[in-house]
Amino acid sequence: MSERMRSRPAMSLQSRVLRIVIAILLLGGLLVGVTAWVNGQQAARDAYDRILIGAASDIAESVRIIDGQAVVDLPVSAFELLAQAPDDRVSYAVRGPGGALITGFEDAEFHPTQNPRGQASPFFDSTMHGEPARFVEVTRRFAERDFSGSVRISVGQTLRARQVMAFDLMLDAMVPILAAGLVLLLTSYFAIRAAVRPLDTIAANLRDRDPYDLTPIPTDNVPSEVEVMLSAMNRFMGRLDRQMGVMRNLISDTAHQLRTPVAAIRVQAESILSAPDAEPSRRTVDRLVTRTRTLGRLLDQLLSRAMVIHRTDNLPRTVVDLRDIALEVLEQRDHEVLSPGNDVQLVIGEDPICVLADPFSLAQAAGNLLSNAMTHGRAPIRIGVGQTAGTAHLWIADAGDGPPPEIAAKLGRRFERSSTSGEDSRGLGMSIVYAVATAFDGRIDMARNDDGFRITMVFPLVQNTGEFDA
Amino acid sequence: MRRMISVLGVFLILTTSVMAQEARMTLGSGAHPVLIRSTTDFAIIRPALDRFLDLNPDLSITYEQWNSNPLYAKSKSSCAGTDAPADVVFSSAVQQMVDLVNAACAYRYRSDLTASLPPSRRWRDELWGLTEEPAVIIYNRDLIDPADVPRDRFALLDLMRREPEMLRGKIATYDIEMSGLGYLFAYSDSLEATTFGALLEGFARTDAVATCCSAEIINGVADGTYALAYNVLGSYVANEVHPTVGLILPEDYTLFLSRGFMIPKRAQNPQGAMRLLDFLLSPEGQAQIAQAGLTFPQDAGDTGLIPSARRFITLSPSLLVPLDAQKLDRFSDFWSSNFVSPAALQ
Repeated sequence: MSERMRSRPAMSLQSRVLRIVIAILLLGGLLVGVTAWVNGQQAARDAYDRILIGAASDIAESVRIIDGQAVVDLPVSAFELLAQAPDDRVSYAVRGPGGALITGFEDAEFHPTQNPRGQASPFFDSTMHGEPARFVEVTRRFAERDFSGSVRISVGQTLRARQVMAFDLMLDAMVPILAAGLVLLLTSYFAIRAAVRPLDTIAANLRDRDPYDLTPIPTDNVPSEVEVMLSAMNRFMGRLDRQMGVMRNLISDTAHQLRTPVAAIRVQAESILSAPDAEPSRRTVDRLVTRTRTLGRLLDQLLSRAMVIHRTDNLPRTVVDLRDIALEVLEQRDHEVLSPGNDVQLVIGEDPICVLADPFSLAQAAGNLLSNAMTHGRAPIRIGVGQTAGTAHLWIADAGDGPPPEIAAKLGRRFERSSTSGEDSRGLGMSIVYAVATAFDGRIDMARNDDGFRITMVFPLVQNTGEFDA
Repeated sequence: MRRMISVLGVFLILTTSVMAQEARMTLGSGAHPVLIRSTTDFAIIRPALDRFLDLNPDLSITYEQWNSNPLYAKSKSSCAGTDAPADVVFSSAVQQMVDLVNAACAYRYRSDLTASLPPSRRWRDELWGLTEEPAVIIYNRDLIDPADVPRDRFALLDLMRREPEMLRGKIATYDIEMSGLGYLFAYSDSLEATTFGALLEGFARTDAVATCCSAEIINGVADGTYALAYNVLGSYVANEVHPTVGLILPEDYTLFLSRGFMIPKRAQNPQGAMRLLDFLLSPEGQAQIAQAGLTFPQDAGDTGLIPSARRFITLSPSLLVPLDAQKLDRFSDFWSSNFVSPAALQ
C-alpha cells in the first residue's frame, strides 16, 4: 500500500499534456475574449454612431425657415434609424441661435464644448435619465434674409444595443476558439494514446515472457523515441544474459572441476581411517596435504576467473602501463612459493607501454602465465614488456619446450583439463589468460625457438598522453 | 419636454368639458390594492379582472377610467413625483406610453410570457401591447345603401365626392385634440398613404364632425345622428350589438393597435402589477381579452382583409415623432382647419 502511495505522484503523460493544453486554451481564450470584447465595443460604437449621426442629419435636413422662424418637420425616417437599436431610449433637441429650444426634449444634452466645429468628433458620452448614453451634435447654418445663424441638433441614444452587439461579436469570436480548443484537446488526447500504445505492447511482451527469456524485444514499428529506450533495455538484457551465462558456467565449471579432487581427498582420508595400523604413513599424509593445497589453488583460480570475467565485462577500462603489471606480478612473488631458488628476470624498458584494460585482470592473467612457466618450464624464466608497430606485448619466456603442440592447440578452452594436466590448475589458468586477452581486444602468441618457449599477450598500444601515470 | 407639457396644458384647457377621470371602481377585498389607470371601458375589462382576482384573492383592484390625454399628464406628473403613482397604466394612446417609457417612468419586468410577445408588441421590457384592435369604418345600414358601402378609403373618397349633401354633417371621427388615440390614428394615416390629405379635404367639404369618445360616436351612428364614422376602434363596435351598425376593415390597409400596459416606476405594488400582466398574457388572460373583444376576430368585418393590409402600430421610439411639439402644432393646425367642432355646429 505504502509503496503504491509512493509511486503515485508521477503524473501521467496524458494529464500533463492535457493540463498544458487546457492552460494554453484558457490563456488564449482570455486573450481572444478581451481582444474581441474591445474590438466588439469599437465596432458597435462605430456602427451605432453612424446611425446616430444619420438620424441627426435627417433631422437637420428637415429644418426649414418659415416667416423668420426655424421650423422642424420631424422626419419619421430619423426615428426609424434610431429604432435599429430597438430597445434604446432616445433623446433629441433642436436649438436655435442663443440656445432657444425649437423642438424636442428640454433635457437633451448638448456638446459640452460650445463649438463642436473644432472638435475631432461630434460624438460625446453622457447620461439619459441616469442611464449611460451616447450623443451626437450636428450644426446647420442658415443665412436667409430673415434668419441668420446656426441651428444645433442633438440626438442621443442609450447604449443597450451597443452592448448587445459587442457581446454578440465577442461570442462570435469565441465560438471558433472554443471549437478549436475542443479539437485540440481531442487531438492531443488521441495522439498521446497512439504514442503510448507501443509501451503497452512492450509491457505486454515483458509480462508474458518466460523469466529466463532474455532475448531482445522486437523494435519493428516502434517510434524512434521509444526505440531509444527499447534498445537500451535490449542492451541491458544482453548484458544480463551474458552475466547469467557466466554464472551458469562458473557453477558448472566449479562443480565439474571440484568433483574429482574432492572425491580423491575423501578416498585418501577414508583410506587413512580404514588402515589397520593406527598411524597413517608419512607419505599418505603428504599426498593428502598436496591434494588439499592443489584444491585450494584450483578454487582460487575458479574464483579469480569468475572475477576476471565479471570485471572485464562490467568495469570501465583504464589506461594501464604493462610495466607496472609485470612489476606487480613479480612483487607478488608467487614464484618463490612455487619453486624456491628459481629467480625470475625482469626485462622492461624506460618508456611506459600503455594499453586500455583492467589492471587487476591483467595481473591475474600475467600471474597465471608466470605460474605456468615456473611450474612447467625450465629456468631461466624471464618476464618482459615490449612494443612493435602499434601493439604492446607482455611476455613470459623460459628455456623449456613449452607445452606439446596438441595441448597448446586446445589451451584456453574452458574444460581443458586433460588427464595429463593432473590435479593442478594450468588449464583453468590458461582459460583466464585467453579470456582477458579477448576481453581487451588482444590475442595470445606462442613461439618456440632455440632459446626456449615464449608466450605473449598482445594488445593494441595506447599512446600515453602523460596526463596520468598509470 | 416642458414645451410638450405646455402644449398638453393647452389641450387640457381646451378639453375642460371632458372629465379627466371618468369613473373609479373597486374590485375584490384583498389586502394588497392594485391601482389601475386605464382608458379602457371598465365594463369591457371587468370580467378579466374578476377572474384575475379569483386567482389572486390577496389582491384588490382599484380601477380608474381616464381619457388618454389627462391620463398621460397624470402619469407624467406622478413620474416626476408630484402626483400619486398608479400601479398599472393601461392606455390605447401608445405613443404617450412610449414617451413615458422613454422618459424612464416605467418599471422593467421580464418573464417567459412577456418575452414570448412579438417585438412589435413590447419595448424595452417596460411596455407591453396586450390587445389587437383595428381602426375601422362604421356606418348606419339604414342611411347608407349597401351598394354605396365604402370598402376602402378610395371608395369613401368617391362617396364623399358623389354624395356631399347626403353626408353633410353626418361623418364623425375622433377629435385628435381630445383623444390621444384619435391623434395616433390620424398621424398613422398620414404616414401610411397620400389618401389622408384627400380624406381631410373630403371631411372638410362634408362638414365632418370631430368629437370625443368611442361610445358617443358608435351610439351616434346607431341612432342615425351620423351616417358614417371613420377610424373608430373596432373592439368597441364589436362589443356593443347594434343591428344597424355595419363595420368595415378598410381593404387598402387597416391599422391595428395594441393597447399599452406599463408599470410606473414609482408603483406602490409592482408585484401585483406584474402578476396582473402575466395573467393577462397567459392563455387564460388572452382568452378573457378575446372574449372582451379586445383581440379582433379575423372574420368580424363586412369585408375580408388580406394579411398584407394589416398595419400594426409598432411599439418603438418612432412613436415619439407624433409627440414632437412642432409636429403636434402643425398637425392640429392642419386638422382644425378642416374640421368643425360639434359645439360650433349647435
